[in-house]
Amino acid sequence: MIGWLGPEEWAVVLLSLKVAFWAMIGAALPGILVAFVLARLEFPGKQVLNVLVHLPLVLPPVATGYLLLVTFGTQGMIGAALKEVGLVFAFRWTGAALAAAVMAFPLLVRAIRLSIEAIDPKLEEAAATLGASRLRVFATITLPLMLPGLLAGLVLAFAKAMGEFGATITFVSNIPGQTRTLPSAIYAFLQVPGGEAAAMRLVVVSIVIAAGALVLSEVLARRIAARVGQA
Amino acid sequence: MSISVHIQQQYSGFDLDVAFDVPKGLTVLFGRSGSGKTSVINAVAGLNRACQGRIEVDGQVLSDTAAELWVPAHKRALGYVFQEGRLFPHMTVRQNLLYGHRMARGRPEIASFDQVVDLLGIGTVLARRPADLSGGEKQRVAIARALLARPRLILADEPLAALDAPRKSEILPYFERLRDEFSLPILYVTHSMAEVARLATTVVALKNGKVERVGAAADLLSDPSFTPLGPREVGAVLDAKVACHHADGLTELNANGVALLLPKLAQDVGKPVRVRVAAQDVILSREVPTGLSALNIVAGQVCSVRSGGGPGAIVALETAAGRILARVTRRSATALGLVEGTCCYAVIKSVSVAPQDIGAG
Repeated sequence: MIGWLGPEEWAVVLLSLKVAFWAMIGAALPGILVAFVLARLEFPGKQVLNVLVHLPLVLPPVATGYLLLVTFGTQGMIGAALKEVGLVFAFRWTGAALAAAVMAFPLLVRAIRLSIEAIDPKLEEAAATLGASRLRVFATITLPLMLPGLLAGLVLAFAKAMGEFGATITFVSNIPGQTRTLPSAIYAFLQVPGGEAAAMRLVVVSIVIAAGALVLSEVLARRIAARVGQA
Repeated sequence: MSISVHIQQQYSGFDLDVAFDVPKGLTVLFGRSGSGKTSVINAVAGLNRACQGRIEVDGQVLSDTAAELWVPAHKRALGYVFQEGRLFPHMTVRQNLLYGHRMARGRPEIASFDQVVDLLGIGTVLARRPADLSGGEKQRVAIARALLARPRLILADEPLAALDAPRKSEILPYFERLRDEFSLPILYVTHSMAEVARLATTVVALKNGKVERVGAAADLLSDPSFTPLGPREVGAVLDAKVACHHADGLTELNANGVALLLPKLAQDVGKPVRVRVAAQDVILSREVPTGLSALNIVAGQVCSVRSGGGPGAIVALETAAGRILARVTRRSATALGLVEGTCCYAVIKSVSVAPQDIGAG
């Protein structure tokens, strides 16, 4: 496959995998936290948080990208502050990862939240009566039981991050080697005469990666389900 | 006093206001559903934080609103057996058993892992997951898990309610052994008179969120005015010892010098047993009955006659074997001239005593 893809196309694939991987990892912890808060806590303003989390799902991706640009750009509120500590998002692969993470976040939170809501809080009570602190209850009961949902959410987030286009191109443009991910590259190849063959090769790669991710998640989900006794 | 509970809690349309101090042994919280039993046991467990008041177990204060003291559930050293078992589905039986065991290292052991596994007969299912256990096995594992957490207090919330009758009689003896073999206070919630009769040392009867009666189980069960579930459920408990097993399938008991014949029991000769005699299975006679198929005839003296709203009356009879309650019609009570002080005979059919009403004493 290395010979089949040109060096430029190969760079696109690797960059896409890198961006999607870090988007998935970066979204995981806040995703678990927000899902837990939404599933278990009651507080004023819960609906506001819920809407905020789901906004990227319904907002035009270009609008999300623009909002990212004005907040995380080098002139933006947060972007300027982060630049001081050496973290730059604008027109960098890190920005592509951030855009992908934000776009994938609602899907991740939804999957994790559903899996938390499926856990019987009575099991956590039982663990507490056996001497487990809140943290230990979470680590030994809640987390293992929500693992299938977490995994499904992560795979979904990865797939979403691989395909994210609108917010990415608005926020970090389409710079070869820096922010040109698979969808941006396919789009760019289709804009130049004679680019169809390269575009098609990248489409095939996209299909292989997407299908591979789905199969992997299915296999893992089955193993985990058997392990947690919910099969 | 071993367990002291003084708590209040407001619910919508229901006020819980419960206070009792009970000695060591097995205390049954008894009442209909909705009487507040589970709220009380969860307050003792530390799972019900909305509750005001003071709870003390074996000299240790678990919560005291006035002193702003509240020990969280995981620091209360409990062994809680829930109605539904609540085994962890993602762990094997062994992992379930070790879950609390590992965190309780600092406290004195009640029994070793092997002893507990042996006591509850779960040695063959240690590698299985809860989903592969029968209802009775699940509950035995739940009891073992509670014991292995080295508790200072055992809590049980209707642990038999989800089981069918044969499983109930499978699990009941384990609670008798908990009561008799370990000197742990046990708080046991139930709405079953049979379980009260078999297990209770002390009874706390709850009604609409208030304590209706508190007392030693034997006193309360032989009190004809105590009919929380209606007259059908009334029955006194006799303490006896197994005297001998007869060849024709009967077991002879010695209840304070009075011989009682019952269908064969599993207990060995000399072992103490408690027998619940349902009031509606007792026939009264003014003279020594003859030509009767019933094997047990016990002489006694009427100590009270209580008429309810219906056609029935409950007659309490003081006998050498202990107090016996009989449910007869008011018409019969009048016809026989049963008043306080009347001498008469209680007739009990051997086969009328149900196996689940006979337990270790």
